[in-house]
Amino acid sequence: MRYSGFRVIAEALTGHRGWKPVWRDPAPQAEYDYVIVGGGGHGLATAYYLAKEFRQSRIAVLEKGWLGGGNVGRNTTIIRSNYLLDGNEPFYEFSLKLWEGLEQELNYNAMVSQRGIINLIHTDAQRDAFTRRGNAMILHGADARLLSRDEVRRMYPWLNFDNARFPIKGALMQPRGGTVRHDAVAWGYARAADQRGVDLIQNCEVTGMRIEQGRIRGVETTRGFIGARKVGVAVAGSSSKVMAHAGMRLPIESHVLQAFVTEGLKPFIDGVITFGAGHFYISQSDKGGLVFGGDIDGYNSYAQRGNLPVIEDVAEGGMALMPAIGRVRLLRIWGGIMDMSMDGSPIIDRTPIEGLYFNGGWCYGGFKATPASGWCFAHLLARDEPHPTARAYRFDRFLKGLMIDEKGQGATPNLH
Amino acid sequence: MIIPHPILGPRDAQEFVYLGDASLIDRPDGMTAGIEEFHDYLYQRTNPAGEHQELWYHEQGDRSWLVVTRNTVTHEILKVELARDVARARGRTK
Repeated sequence: MRYSGFRVIAEALTGHRGWKPVWRDPAPQAEYDYVIVGGGGHGLATAYYLAKEFRQSRIAVLEKGWLGGGNVGRNTTIIRSNYLLDGNEPFYEFSLKLWEGLEQELNYNAMVSQRGIINLIHTDAQRDAFTRRGNAMILHGADARLLSRDEVRRMYPWLNFDNARFPIKGALMQPRGGTVRHDAVAWGYARAADQRGVDLIQNCEVTGMRIEQGRIRGVETTRGFIGARKVGVAVAGSSSKVMAHAGMRLPIESHVLQAFVTEGLKPFIDGVITFGAGHFYISQSDKGGLVFGGDIDGYNSYAQRGNLPVIEDVAEGGMALMPAIGRVRLLRIWGGIMDMSMDGSPIIDRTPIEGLYFNGGWCYGGFKATPASGWCFAHLLARDEPHPTARAYRFDRFLKGLMIDEKGQGATPNLH
Repeated sequence: MIIPHPILGPRDAQEFVYLGDASLIDRPDGMTAGIEEFHDYLYQRTNPAGEHQELWYHEQGDRSWLVVTRNTVTHEILKVELARDVARARGRTK
């Protein structure tokens, strides 16, 4: 069924009796050409682009819970391509361009809203660094603007410009950045993949991998063995757990990142504001809730919840930046599990096992990468060679000294 | 989280700095180990869901390094030792 305004009106006039489930619930077949492990944003996007762009068939997505029940529904919905390094920026800009056409592509309302994102500047050194980053973005075909203090003040007059420790001196803005309704991204890709014949198999956890003579033959699951010519793993957060079935250790630690949403307020933040120095960023959802977050808790965790000290730290960051929110009540707090990689950048690569491919290590930046991650992973799976924008995301970059370390922290995953 | 320090008793985890997997104690010998061994030591992690031995530094306290055995699924702390004792038990001289 194609969605359109006419369809909504027609259904409204006929009592909404025509709406159908948007995807099938198939039983797994004995064998597929492609098995994608992980029914989140990246896995669903991979399956969709495999079917659509790379014209492959016999594809299944295996999900241990329900579609979109992991990190794609637990993030703070921000999209942007404001990176500095050559290994990253072309990839994230590719992703942002895919976001811009996503809703027409999928025929699904994902509420893509390019409301603009600003990174606040507090010092001369930071202005120099952000100017450099903005120029790098422009050189890669993205958009960037350096805002003066007055320009920021016109946009957000209620920010605390004269904070004693971090006075606001300007900002780097990416006008094309913004937010997207995250659940709708998973649902939109799932629906579009299903329409192209992809089997979306839920409640199907991978419990082992069958590997013979260095080649993948399929996966053991809670719903039986499923044979596969190629297996792609896209389970960021649980990557180490799943890849351990293939005997692999990864350059990844799992950490918990908390996010927050307040009670609904009248509209007053019409973009995304990041306050890096205070470990705080915020936007306002279309329902009115303030959606914000800060740092990861900082210790290995697979619990989808964090601890109180980080909540206090994030609240303090928020109060330092915008004292106006002091009496707003929190509605929900939750945690998601991040694949924190050793240089803060992701991995989309082959593995030493023939036919087994890996996509993970997204740190806390996976949501904005969803479309390009799916496209590039599908490219790798279908053609056995990396997409031009994802060439640097290799396993062996650590061995070869070719890290993509935006923050310059080295092998300290909890500080990226 | 409260970390029961072997010398100082129960301390708030906020007083500590987290480093990571306690296997970082076992640094390969710089004179004999090859690049691959150092690569595995520095970058590869087992990253288990469940019991995990990890290094915490008591920066806001007695500045001791601890090996904490903690469950990464429940955050329950099962055992705390001085890293010095653990390293010596593994044959390190200091």
